[in-house]
Amino acid sequence: MNQYAIECRQVTKTFGTVVANDGIDLNVRYGEILALLGENGSGKTTLMNMLSGVYHPDKGKILVDGKEVSIRSPEDAMALGIGMIYQHFKLVDVFTAMDNIALGTPGGRLPVKALREKVREIGQSVGLEIDPDQYVYDMSVSEKQTVEILKVLYRGQRILILDEPTAVLTPQETEKLFAILRKMREQGCAVIIITHKLGEVMEISDRVSILRKGKYVGTVVTAETNEKELTERMVGRPVSLAIQRDEPQDPQVILKAIDLTIRKPDGSVAIDDLSFEVRTGEILGIAGIAGSGQKELCEALAGLCPAQKGAVLYHKENLIGKSPREIFQLGVHLGFVPEDRLGMGLVASMGMVGNMMLKTYDQTKGPFIDKKPARAQAEQLVEQLRIVTPSVDTPVRMMSGGNVQKVLLGREIASDPQVLITAYPVRGLDINSSYTVYDLLGEQKKKGVAILYIGEDLDVLLELCDRILVLCHGQATGVVDARTTTKDEIALLMTGGGKGAQA
Amino acid sequence: MIRVVKTKEKSSRQMMLIRLGAFVLALCAGGLFVLALGYNPLEIYGTILSGAFRSEMAIQSTIKFMIPLLIAALGVTLSFKMKFWNIGGEGQIIMGAVFASYFALYHANWPFPVLFVAMLLGGIVGGGLWALIPAFFKTRFGTNETLFTLMLNYIALYLVSWLQEGPWRDPNANGFPKIPSFAPDTTLPKVLGVQMGWIIALILTAVLFVYLKYTKHGYEIAVVGQSKATAIYAGMRVDRIVMRTMFLSGAVAGICGMVQVTGSDKTLTTGVAGGVGFTAIIIAWLAQLNPLGSLVIAFLFAVLEKGASVVQSEFGLAIDCADVLQGVILFFVLGCEFFIRYRFVIDGAAPKKGGKTDAAH
Repeated sequence: MNQYAIECRQVTKTFGTVVANDGIDLNVRYGEILALLGENGSGKTTLMNMLSGVYHPDKGKILVDGKEVSIRSPEDAMALGIGMIYQHFKLVDVFTAMDNIALGTPGGRLPVKALREKVREIGQSVGLEIDPDQYVYDMSVSEKQTVEILKVLYRGQRILILDEPTAVLTPQETEKLFAILRKMREQGCAVIIITHKLGEVMEISDRVSILRKGKYVGTVVTAETNEKELTERMVGRPVSLAIQRDEPQDPQVILKAIDLTIRKPDGSVAIDDLSFEVRTGEILGIAGIAGSGQKELCEALAGLCPAQKGAVLYHKENLIGKSPREIFQLGVHLGFVPEDRLGMGLVASMGMVGNMMLKTYDQTKGPFIDKKPARAQAEQLVEQLRIVTPSVDTPVRMMSGGNVQKVLLGREIASDPQVLITAYPVRGLDINSSYTVYDLLGEQKKKGVAILYIGEDLDVLLELCDRILVLCHGQATGVVDARTTTKDEIALLMTGGGKGAQA
Repeated sequence: MIRVVKTKEKSSRQMMLIRLGAFVLALCAGGLFVLALGYNPLEIYGTILSGAFRSEMAIQSTIKFMIPLLIAALGVTLSFKMKFWNIGGEGQIIMGAVFASYFALYHANWPFPVLFVAMLLGGIVGGGLWALIPAFFKTRFGTNETLFTLMLNYIALYLVSWLQEGPWRDPNANGFPKIPSFAPDTTLPKVLGVQMGWIIALILTAVLFVYLKYTKHGYEIAVVGQSKATAIYAGMRVDRIVMRTMFLSGAVAGICGMVQVTGSDKTLTTGVAGGVGFTAIIIAWLAQLNPLGSLVIAFLFAVLEKGASVVQSEFGLAIDCADVLQGVILFFVLGCEFFIRYRFVIDGAAPKKGGKTDAAH
């Protein structure tokens, strides 16, 4: 008898007037890996938070091992054998791996020796290599994740929930994680993995449950479906997954970075001796594991953060050390779509009008601001990009993620940039909005704009970009031709292996 | 089980209704307090109102209470808009008063228009510089502005103590440490029976309203207040904006001090600010950092203060009771902000439609 480990029946959760989960049915068996698929905002994380006791459902039942339970707190969830691994790890930095693992477990503490042995033993049972005495602050992201998994196993929890565990991992580390998860499945654990990467769903899961806009769409057996079908069910209509890519027209070098070295505020090296060229009419992709120096690179190019060494040349002029205003006065029109849209690119509490004039408010004479051009521009953008907002004066923070990005990208494009820097421009966007962004970037490229595209999804980088610069720990491990390279080659470069082919 | 959840953003009409409801509840709670003391709340409230408005003189006196509250609230509005937590209004008022007093004491022979301009500039420079100090250290060394501005209050206060014990001591006060009263032709004239500070206050209200809403500086203040990263991204020179705005914030507080010494007190004492710098924070906050709102709220506070002084003389109820009432009102009005953003739900029950949240507990 294959009993369900967890069964949700008609679970509903509302926040204010937003229905985050609306009558969700979900079940997972022991010895099974279930992928929970859905776009951003479809309610995946809310659902998992209810299973782990962070939220409590407004309606509906949750059954664990066939018995109805009420999960009031994370402690309740732990006692029921449910372990959750968040995107942001919950570890004590100054403790060792085994101290973290033993922390908060019920009952007395094992003597150090026994604890060390036990941690090793559990690790080996799922094929994990771990040094129990290593401090968390010395660990890589994937090692920290390993500790999180061990925490769950140590407590004997047999239901494991992972919230987008691969977002922070290299392709190789992802493989390792999947191997561990498969071992756990063999041992009879129930695993729920939240993701929106279709490739991973196909690779790891036995069944897929799909959510769309807070509603349960259905569950399919992975072996009986394909990526296209999953996408359609996730989005709710047929979508074409091809990105239009034209040949670059007469690419000319417009920016040239030479031996660029940038330090983070804490003194560690973010970008290490980096040299590359940005060309007009071309999309240069930048690939790398999150935190490989992408943010610092963008900000240095935009004049927001200083560089320790090196130069960024625009014709013969060095942009490093100049403020955004000085760069503008040189005649370099730089558009920048930062990663943190509401915290940096836009003023969250202002409407579109106030945001349109963010970079241009100072260009008129006199002490007063002139809102008229900004209002006209806002209204034009609403029409052109089909931005959904009650009015151009509604604070942008009240708009949906896709619309926020349209406002930001729209403003930067409207400034007629020669160089457009975009950092993770489709992060958090639904598929529809993502494709709008790709189209907009493609149009700009046709107009001869040099585009820098910092991305995380390798499939998109391969389809959208002309060349891809791969970063690893702030160093360029290669510049490859996006049309001829493969995912494996980039994955290898991302971890510093392989030889860079100069494109 | 009762839990707290966020509600959706409300319309400004709903928010006004909630605040109004909170005000009514505050009056009820305050009434209970008065009742417990053995008085009839209706009578007390009636006396507060009539006390503030019963005669021309009463109204003039109410306005006189309002002037420093309003000007000081306008001052902190500037810095709070920028999320610079300036709680040094008190010290800035005092320093403005000190600088203005210098001219009133030692240049009393100047023609009044010249003297007036000098005193006004003195107030501006005194308050402005006092506010510039924490702004400088904040932008340069990242010091905590809350503590810094608070500490400067005490320095300013004891500076006045020192002045009245030492250099500015009145030789004709029989050894009593006080600063001489200003000569009659150095003080602000009355307009419509109230010192002309009210005109200055109204002008400042209008100027600040326009400054914050329609000028580039105002826009910069709003952006810096929302996110420094955005301001830097937009190419703004954040440090300069912070220093400039803090100077202006202190300058307005300084004008408040100048108006107070030359218009109302007619001498400089350690009580020149008398908590106005702190009350101003509450007024500015209740007015949602809107200068026009500050005008209304400052007036209401003045009514309460004036009315309470009448209650004191008629019923023998200590003036401190007015402070208790003030505190009760603040508690409710500030507390209701919670209900604008959150609401309670009881588990199991079907969730009510958000939006219609009561201000009641």
